[in-house]
Amino acid sequence: MKKLLLATALTALAGAAMAQDVVRLGTEGAYPPFNFINDAGEIAGFERDVGDELCKRAELTCEWVTNEWDSIIPNLQSGNYDVIIAGMSITDERDEVIDFSQNYFPPAASAYVALAADADLKGVVSAQVSTIQAGYVAESGATLLEFATPDETIAAVRNGEAVAVFADKDFLAPIVAESNGELMFVGEPVQLGGGVGLGLRESDTELKEKLNAAIQSMKDDGSLNALIEKHFGPETAKF
Amino acid sequence: MFAACADPKAIEGLTWAACYLTSGKHIDFYLSFATVLLLLAITAPTALAMGFAGATAARSRFLPLSLLGKGYAAIVRGVPDIVFFLFFVIALDQGIEYLKSLAVCDDHSWPWQGLEFRVCQEAKVPLGASSAIWHQAYGFALAVFTFAIVFGAFAANVLYGAMGAVPKAQLETAEAYGMSQAQVFRRILVPQMWVYALPGLSNLWMILIKATPLLFLLGVKDIVYWARELGGSKTQAYEYPHPDWRLWYFLGLLVFYLCFTKVSEVVLARLSARLSRGQATAGGEALRKAAA
Repeated sequence: MKKLLLATALTALAGAAMAQDVVRLGTEGAYPPFNFINDAGEIAGFERDVGDELCKRAELTCEWVTNEWDSIIPNLQSGNYDVIIAGMSITDERDEVIDFSQNYFPPAASAYVALAADADLKGVVSAQVSTIQAGYVAESGATLLEFATPDETIAAVRNGEAVAVFADKDFLAPIVAESNGELMFVGEPVQLGGGVGLGLRESDTELKEKLNAAIQSMKDDGSLNALIEKHFGPETAKF
Repeated sequence: MFAACADPKAIEGLTWAACYLTSGKHIDFYLSFATVLLLLAITAPTALAMGFAGATAARSRFLPLSLLGKGYAAIVRGVPDIVFFLFFVIALDQGIEYLKSLAVCDDHSWPWQGLEFRVCQEAKVPLGASSAIWHQAYGFALAVFTFAIVFGAFAANVLYGAMGAVPKAQLETAEAYGMSQAQVFRRILVPQMWVYALPGLSNLWMILIKATPLLFLLGVKDIVYWARELGGSKTQAYEYPHPDWRLWYFLGLLVFYLCFTKVSEVVLARLSARLSRGQATAGGEALRKAAA
C-alpha cells in the first residue's frame, strides 16, 4: 500500500514537473488564412504553421485550444491558455492589459469591401467586435455594425445589412477573389496597428523572451517569409 | 475518410456531397448532438435534485435552513442567465483553482493580481499537461453544474408551490393515523405533489432544451456552434469551399429541436396521466369517470 502511495505521489510529481513545459496556444479558429478549423476538424492556417515551428525552436510542448474572439483576452488573463495566436494586431490599448511578442506578421493594410464601387463608406460598415478595424470605423464617422465572427461581417454585406465590411486586407483578398465579381475592394487601404504579435500575460516574461528569440530566428533564416508567402500569396508584405 | 475523398477539389456531385458530409468536422458536428443529449440527461435529474433540496429547505421549520432555501431560489431566479453563464463560470473555475492552490502550492500570495489570475502550475484544473479530453470534460462538468444551479432554483420554486398545493386534510389525516413528520413527508406529501409540479417542471424541461446553445458560452462546442461554423462561407483555403449555407444547417437544427420537443410533449402527457391516477384533482376525476 505504502509503495503504491509513493508511486502515485511520484507520478503526480512527474506530472507536475511536465506541466510547466506545456504551453497552451489559444486561437479563434475562424479567420482564414490566419487560423481556421479545417475539414478534418483541426486547427490550420498560417498561425498553426508558425506556432508549431516556434514551439519547436523554443523547445516547448504546445497544445492548441480555440476560444471565442470576444473573450480571448480575459481567458488568457484567467490562465486558461498561455499565448494568444489569433491574428491579433499590436495596439496600445491592448498593450495596457497584456504583453505582446515582436510581430510575426508585418503591419498590414485593412480595406473596405462592398457590393458596388460607389458604396458609401460613411454609411453602415460592418466589422468584427473588439478589433482595431471596429475602432477605426467608429471613429471614421460611419455607423459601426459589429459581429462576433469575421464570417458574419461578410454575410452582412452580402445580404444588404451593411454597405461595406472593413477588415484585414489579407483576410478579405481570397473572399473577394472567389466571389465571381460580386464583392470588390472600395476606397484606399488603411495602415493600422503594429503588425500581428503573440499575446502573453504581462507576468510571463520568461516565455515572452523564448518566443521572441524563436520569432527572430524565423525572421533571420527566411522561414517566416516562406510561410507568409505560402498562405497569403506572393504579393503580401514580408519582412 | 474514404479513399475517394483524398482530393476533394477534383470530385463532384454525389461523391462530393458524401465526402463533405463525412468530413472530420461533420463527424464532430454529429457527435455534438450526443453532447447536448448527454448534458440534458445529466442536468435534468441534477437540477431536479437541487430543486427538491431547495424546496424542502424552504419548507423547513428551522429558520436558517428555510432562509437558505428561499434565498437560493430568489437570488438565482433574479440574476439574468447570461450574467450567470458568463461571470459565474469564470468565478467558479478560479475559485476551484484558488482552493486547490492553498493545498498544493508553496507560494500562497493572493492570486488576483490586477487583471490576471495567477496560481502555480500544479493548481491548474485540469493540469496544463492533461490531454484535451480532460479540458473538455472539465468544461462540460462546469456547464452541468451551472445549468443545475440555475434550473434547480426554478425547480425549487415549482416544487415549493406543489408541496403547498397538496390538500392539508391529507396531511392532517396522516398525522391522525400516528405518522411522524418524516413519514407524512415521505408517504403522503411527496407522492402527491408531483401532479401539481408537473406542468411547471415540463415548462422547465422545454426551456432547458432550448437553453443548451448557452453551452457555447461555456466553451463547450455544441450543435449551434458547429452549425454556424460549418454553414459559414468557405474559401479555397478549405478542402470543401462553399457559399454561405448557414440557413440549411440552422433549418436542420430547427427540425431537430421541434422533433425533440414533440417527443417530450408526448412523454410528459403520458406521465401526467399516470400521476393523476387516484388523485383528488380534475385530472384524476376525469380518469375515474373514463374508467367507470
